[in-house]
Amino acid sequence: MPVSASAIYFLNLRGDVLINRLYRDDVGGNMVDAFRTHIMQTKEMGTCPVRQIGGCSFFYMRISNVYIVIVVSSNANVACAFKFVVEAVTLFKSYFGGAFDEDAIRNNFVLIYELLDEIMDFGYPQNLSPEILKLYITQEGVRSPFSSKPADKPVPNATLQVTGAVGWRREGLAYKKNEVFLDIVESVNLLMSSKGSVLRCDVTGKILMKCFLSGMPDLKLGLNDKIGLEKESQLKSRPAKSGKTIELDDVTFHQCVNLTRFNSEKTVSFVPPDGEFELMKYRITEGVNLPFRVLPTIKELGRTRMEVNVKVKSVFGAKMFALGVVIKIPVPKQTAKTSFQVTSGRAKYNAAIDCLVWKIRKFPGQTETTMSAEVELISTMAEKKSWNRPPIQMEFQVPMFTASGLRVRFLKVWEKSGYNTVEWVRYITKAGSYEIRC
Amino acid sequence: MSGHDSKYFSTTKKGEIPELKEELNSQYKDSQDPNPLIRALAVRTMGCIRVDKITEYLCDPLQRCLKGWFLCMRQWTAEVETVEHLMVLYSMARCIWGWLGRQWIWGRGDDDDPYVRKTASICVAKLYDINAELVEDRGFLDTLKDLISDNNPMVVANAVAALAEIQENSNRPIFEITSHTLSKLLTALNECTEWGQVFILDALSRYKAADAREAENIVERVTPRLQHANCAVVLSAVKMILQQMELITSTDVVRNLCKKMAPPLVTLLSSEPEIQYVALRNINLIVQRRPTILAHEIKVFFCKYNDPIYVKMEKLEIMIKLASDRNIDQVLLEFKEYATEVDVDFVRKAVRAIGRCAIKLERAAERYESIIATLCESLDTLDEPEAKASMIWIIGEYAERIDNADELLESFLESFPEEPALVQLQLLTATVKLFLKKPTEGPQQMIQVVLNHATVETDNPDLRDRAYIYWRLLSTDPEAAKDVVLAEKPVISDDSNQLDPSLLDELLANIATLSSVYHKPPDAFVSRVKSSVSKPDDEDYPDGAESGYSESPAHTSDSVPAPGSSSSVSQASTRQPAPTPPAPAAPVPDLLGDLIGLDNALVPVDQPTTESGPPLPIVLPSSTGQGLQISAQLIRRDGQIFYSMLFENNSQLTLDGFMIQFNKNTFGLAHAGQLQVPQLPPGSTARTLLPMVSFQNLSPGPPTSVLQIAVKNSQQPVWYFNDKIPFNIFFSEDGRMERANFLETWKSLPDSNEIAREFPGAVIHNVDATVERLAATNVFFIAKRRTNQEVLYLSAKAARGIPFLIELTTIFGTPGVKCAIKTPNPEMAPLFFEAMESLLK
Repeated sequence: MPVSASAIYFLNLRGDVLINRLYRDDVGGNMVDAFRTHIMQTKEMGTCPVRQIGGCSFFYMRISNVYIVIVVSSNANVACAFKFVVEAVTLFKSYFGGAFDEDAIRNNFVLIYELLDEIMDFGYPQNLSPEILKLYITQEGVRSPFSSKPADKPVPNATLQVTGAVGWRREGLAYKKNEVFLDIVESVNLLMSSKGSVLRCDVTGKILMKCFLSGMPDLKLGLNDKIGLEKESQLKSRPAKSGKTIELDDVTFHQCVNLTRFNSEKTVSFVPPDGEFELMKYRITEGVNLPFRVLPTIKELGRTRMEVNVKVKSVFGAKMFALGVVIKIPVPKQTAKTSFQVTSGRAKYNAAIDCLVWKIRKFPGQTETTMSAEVELISTMAEKKSWNRPPIQMEFQVPMFTASGLRVRFLKVWEKSGYNTVEWVRYITKAGSYEIRC
Repeated sequence: MSGHDSKYFSTTKKGEIPELKEELNSQYKDSQDPNPLIRALAVRTMGCIRVDKITEYLCDPLQRCLKGWFLCMRQWTAEVETVEHLMVLYSMARCIWGWLGRQWIWGRGDDDDPYVRKTASICVAKLYDINAELVEDRGFLDTLKDLISDNNPMVVANAVAALAEIQENSNRPIFEITSHTLSKLLTALNECTEWGQVFILDALSRYKAADAREAENIVERVTPRLQHANCAVVLSAVKMILQQMELITSTDVVRNLCKKMAPPLVTLLSSEPEIQYVALRNINLIVQRRPTILAHEIKVFFCKYNDPIYVKMEKLEIMIKLASDRNIDQVLLEFKEYATEVDVDFVRKAVRAIGRCAIKLERAAERYESIIATLCESLDTLDEPEAKASMIWIIGEYAERIDNADELLESFLESFPEEPALVQLQLLTATVKLFLKKPTEGPQQMIQVVLNHATVETDNPDLRDRAYIYWRLLSTDPEAAKDVVLAEKPVISDDSNQLDPSLLDELLANIATLSSVYHKPPDAFVSRVKSSVSKPDDEDYPDGAESGYSESPAHTSDSVPAPGSSSSVSQASTRQPAPTPPAPAAPVPDLLGDLIGLDNALVPVDQPTTESGPPLPIVLPSSTGQGLQISAQLIRRDGQIFYSMLFENNSQLTLDGFMIQFNKNTFGLAHAGQLQVPQLPPGSTARTLLPMVSFQNLSPGPPTSVLQIAVKNSQQPVWYFNDKIPFNIFFSEDGRMERANFLETWKSLPDSNEIAREFPGAVIHNVDATVERLAATNVFFIAKRRTNQEVLYLSAKAARGIPFLIELTTIFGTPGVKCAIKTPNPEMAPLFFEAMESLLK
């Protein structure tokens, strides 16, 4: 049964109900008390996001300082329920203009009720596209950043659009300048053993798109992925152009992309929603260019002293540079004093997270920099167990670099009126979970 | 939405009822707005009003909604005009004022709006929930079924969801999916919203395809969904594909599908942790059914430092399931890493995971005996009783390998009276083991002390009883004690967290739902069964049984040898307080004596072997031999090969003057003496053993087992017949190999000398029986090991000292034995296999 909720509750961290909506009467209104006493006020919180209490099951998620709890009593579709919560939060954020937290909820009660009514009926998720909902659920003070006309102008065919085949785009949009912005954002995930061998390494990338296009355009996106290129050369019966191609392990698409067509022709064609959305996500494990190499040596000298040496090498093009590089090197809890020597950036000891934090604002390609630190520890007798070393974590952003080597080859736009579009493409690689065990 | 209406949305107020009524009336009067949104809202809300009286009114508009045209519900509003009624409504449904307002507004609607229809379809499900009869009487179900063919995909999706739910709560077949509906719905799939796709896929997963071809077709149309960004769509598609895969016979198609499903499943692991958790619980099920899907993806389950604990636990579980000979080194390194983390539960699970991998893959376990020394070093740091008990068990079990086992145990004995019962029991057993293995003075004294403590100074009945049993065993018959205490341990296998196949089937049909997360069938936790009269009372579930982890049903059966089960006697003793057996109430020692005496009596029961043995195979039937029938077989007895022959004279003549000749053969077999057959009168038989020599008249060419024989007598022509040379007659009695020697020889021979063959018809039911039978033909047992199959190592030495190293792999009781051999003379392998196969049958 694809039902995903009998009731939905929004609680603050203390367990007070901020807002709730009962979709079915098979769960009592006081079930949330059970949740509070059996889960929130015990150590169970955080051990498992799906719990059963009495005849009811609870799914919960924490988003900033709000718990969103879904209660069901049937064999509900959990995947659907969690996805619904994620999407609902995205929707609320788009209405509130960014933040989703306790205050935002308190300020928007009526709107939230209104939305909760619309996005789920009897426990079945309905249309959750912000674009469409904004057509007919409007609220004072809410400015739809993408709509070019006043919000209170009646939309005669809203219902058709809500239920229509293109349920994510409304008709009759008009822009003076037709523009498309493509952002290729890649997160590099790395897990490296202390001996320097790569345990796992992958890139999860997404293509974010911002469309300001008039009418109902048909778009087609071409990437330098191997299968797509092969299929293309097959169709046009000419050999594939040589050049770097990459192999995508998996791709998932926004609902606007025609999946059947992708399956048969390997082309990404779609009618985009207006405004900003995530067109696709992909995952790559082969041939990942790691932007940074980290070579740590941590020596424990006796029981009260440690020597930390970390060398970081950037291995991307010399003309590029990384921004906001942060390297967090964990140290034992009983750290007393630290002294640093760095060749660039600044380092300090952060006691709250038990880490040496080394920040480098701008890190050019093909360079290396080192930090050596001496850490003095308070000698304790109680801590018999040797310190377990959490991994070194790293954050960075490298603009105009893709760890996977993915490139956009073309973006074609067709529209009846045949206007010209301007396309903008940006690439950026960020650190996902970039961990080096030491 | 007109400004007028939005005012209602935003000013949902608890106004005075008369005022409101007035306002509603006024709105009704001037409203000509046929806004479909409002009609839909009204229908949706009315569905929430759970008063039977009202539902009657709901039917009418609902019917109209469903059919696409809608009229004002005058009747309904007329009824509502009483203030009391309004009060009821208010208490029953939130914001009823606003909805009632719109109720009036919608006036004379005339369009067939899909938004209204999609809302109305869900409303039928609501109504069914309240009053099923009404829905059926009014024919809503048929209307709903018509909506499956609606031209609007969202209406279709909601109608499917409603029908699926109604079906779930009804015993009668309401929503039967035919191949026609199936194909229609699969087409609609392409245009639906993501949620609609989930509804449709979930409903269709109940569909059973007629044959493999239809299943393949369905799968082909569902596969593109795997690329969807919505995890619910992906999981529902996986569910549907897995269901249909059961029917698909082509291994190519199945392999291909497995390949296609892996990446989307892996991608689910990069979503929100809660979704990851749901995905992991489902992957756990999927890999149990189809381990190949993610066999190469084990790395993606490596835990990240910041993963929430519930994700880490599930990843660990899947890593154990995916661990194989190929990746075990990497996996063990990972587990080792986890064993140093902070979270105690996780560390425990990681350590346990290492143990479970060791049981699963024998290769991982080979190293673990060397660790005993390390373990012994850390003896004094043990503080948990369980750990202590386990350690003492190890000392007792491996007493012969630990030089200072007696000292170690002695150190524990000092504190014997203060130890918890768990440790005392283990100490007792370990001391007895030590004594049996090293019956020297030290242990003898120790055992006196322990038995004294355990029988006199304790008030723990388990401990005392066990001590008494040991005491009597040791004083009656130390050999019997050895048999009991040092008995072969039963095989430990890791079946924890393995689900029963039928349960697994059910859970796989419920992928993405709660059932798949709890790993429980839906009826185990869903109390709401509409059609049943009595509602089962499940309000007081014990809290512990509810955790989402699968640990609960299985964690007691985790496979570290549990203290207390180290000998069968100890178990029997703990079970003693059970109902008294109907046996005569004899005093305990006698009973024991009987038991052991009986055992002893059983041992010499040796079948007196009759000299005749099994009947010999007929090599020359009397029909060919003009009444002379010869049965014969090559046998080996006391290191010598004989040709055992039986002559039967069925002819009318008396036969005499028998002579025999062997043709050249691979093994150069020839008769060593003369054939000694007396005169055979008609109807008489004669048996003879003809001694044979080998390597006398060797035949060139490839080895064969054919032996051509000619026999003549004075009365008849020469009879030519063929016999087969069973290769095993050449196995010499000195073929037993030492374990080390075996390993060395195995290693020294090149891999090209290894040949394997399957014996599909052979079955091994029992190791001991097989080993005994093989030993009778000079195939000697060396070692065995257990992975998920049984592996036996044997050796044999053929004539001229050619060794054969044998490895048999099988599962007990099921047909099919794999036989791999290594020998310097691989050309003999076919003959060897022939012999081996007949030996195993």
